[in-house]
Amino acid sequence: MHNIPEDVRYTKSHEWVKDLGNGEYKMGLTDYAADESGEILMVEAPIGDNFEKEESFGVLETVKTVADYYAPFDCSVVQFNAEIEDAPEIINEDPYGKGWIIIIHSDDISGFESLLTAKEYSTLIGE
Amino acid sequence: MGGFIPAGDIQQKKMLEESGYTTFEELLESIPDKYILKNDMDLPAPVSEMELTKEFKALADKNSASGAVSFLGAGSYDHFIPAAIDHVLLRSEFYTAYTPYQPEVSQGTLQAIFEYQTMIARLTGMEIANASMYDGATAAAEACLMAMRATRKNRILIAGSLNPRWLEVIRTYLTHDDFEIIDVPYMEDGTLDMDATAELCTDGTAGLLVAYPNYFGLIDNLEPISELVHSCGGLLIAAADPVALPLLRSPGNADVDIVVGEGQCMGIAQTYGGPYIGFMATEKKLARKMPGRMIGRTEDRAGQVGYVMTLQTREQHIRREKATSNICSNEALLALANTVYLSLLGDTGFREVSRQCFQKSHYLEKKLLEIPGVRRVFGDTPFFREFVLEFPISADRVCEKLLDDGILAGLPVRELGEGILMITATEKRTKEEMDSFVEKVALICKGAAE
Repeated sequence: MHNIPEDVRYTKSHEWVKDLGNGEYKMGLTDYAADESGEILMVEAPIGDNFEKEESFGVLETVKTVADYYAPFDCSVVQFNAEIEDAPEIINEDPYGKGWIIIIHSDDISGFESLLTAKEYSTLIGE
Repeated sequence: MGGFIPAGDIQQKKMLEESGYTTFEELLESIPDKYILKNDMDLPAPVSEMELTKEFKALADKNSASGAVSFLGAGSYDHFIPAAIDHVLLRSEFYTAYTPYQPEVSQGTLQAIFEYQTMIARLTGMEIANASMYDGATAAAEACLMAMRATRKNRILIAGSLNPRWLEVIRTYLTHDDFEIIDVPYMEDGTLDMDATAELCTDGTAGLLVAYPNYFGLIDNLEPISELVHSCGGLLIAAADPVALPLLRSPGNADVDIVVGEGQCMGIAQTYGGPYIGFMATEKKLARKMPGRMIGRTEDRAGQVGYVMTLQTREQHIRREKATSNICSNEALLALANTVYLSLLGDTGFREVSRQCFQKSHYLEKKLLEIPGVRRVFGDTPFFREFVLEFPISADRVCEKLLDDGILAGLPVRELGEGILMITATEKRTKEEMDSFVEKVALICKGAAE
């Protein structure tokens, strides 16, 4: 069983999103995704400031493959986790903690509220 | 010829029977009648190999350029090619089927490409280089796409002093992409118009492409250009002439982001336009945005050095439609030619080629300027190997007259005027050849004046 905390929301593309208040949201890769994709070698910082829902922020490279990570809703980029640039493996080690990827901003709460709950995400991955 | 065609009459009959047809024409039923050729093709009767060789030789001999003394450049240059290059290229170990890059069986090929990348990186002063591109023009087009990818912007500024044939290739190459190409004018002295550049460098600018030296052989100062482009968040792409680089400030040193260029001038015959080879070098931080293959050096479990393709996650066989580019091959044999050329010449030898090109072209320019009525087109701007002069008579006429004497005089630049001729002198041109060239041009000018 994978760790699926209750205090964050989830996307179908296996990102978790946490409400930090003031329209800011922290985002990372779920424990399930980090586990399935194997050791993460590189996370590309987003190029640009504003992203539309489901637009790719950048590329995530693992020993097995490359995948994109996506904007969960229309948002702007506040901060990229500089620590994962040097040590991307912390995503595998601590996906909901130190291994967060990006902080984004959106004034519209409905984007966040439409994301999956822990229960729904757990169903999605069959756990 | 029957032996070369696998399906003869008997086989054809058998194949038709198997597929339920009696005649070949039945197979063609779905093709409208008017498109079917009813008569035999209008071809001459078959000839023997000996007769054919003779006929082709006669055709080939019509190419007067092969023995000509060349002062023609404009992107393709007549440099000396050491005989050893062909001997290495002809070794069967280096002849490839399509990209045989499994490390288990291709250490020699991979090492040669690795050495090539190292040489290109050193020559351009950049951190990394890829395994080569199809030619200089397509490498430049790929660099434009790369700049757009890396900045997520879609406006590319291109210096008007770029080889116009390269510009054409770039436009063709990018036809189906969402982009905007903006021409940046050059000034009277042939260098980039910095005021215009400053105005055109705006938020949406992905990058600026400038040739170094430019199409007219003139040398721009890259540093202020890179400052301008970087100030608006764009990348600077330099299309560099490798033969000039030993003498010029390296692009890496001038804060250029992507360096591309044509490698024909390093040990590859001109052969009427191809195959040529493009190179591309960049900074490590842009590695994942770079198209093409890249070979890396690593160690196996026993600690032995080995060569492998690296950063393949950018490529089509891993990333499918999201690949960095659709370039998933390189010009391995020509990259080998570049590598052997640079190895044979070494640092000192290549620098000597560069120095001689510089000095000989300057000697030739000086001598030509002594002819009454001949003048410089771009003033005192420093130039390398190639220069543009205005003659008191038509440049086409100069070329025609000199071709009769087996001399390629240069390229008329008609868009700048009737008397404008672009002339090149490589290390191959002797003082005698240059003096004789000047003498002949002087005579033609004098004849026209009388």
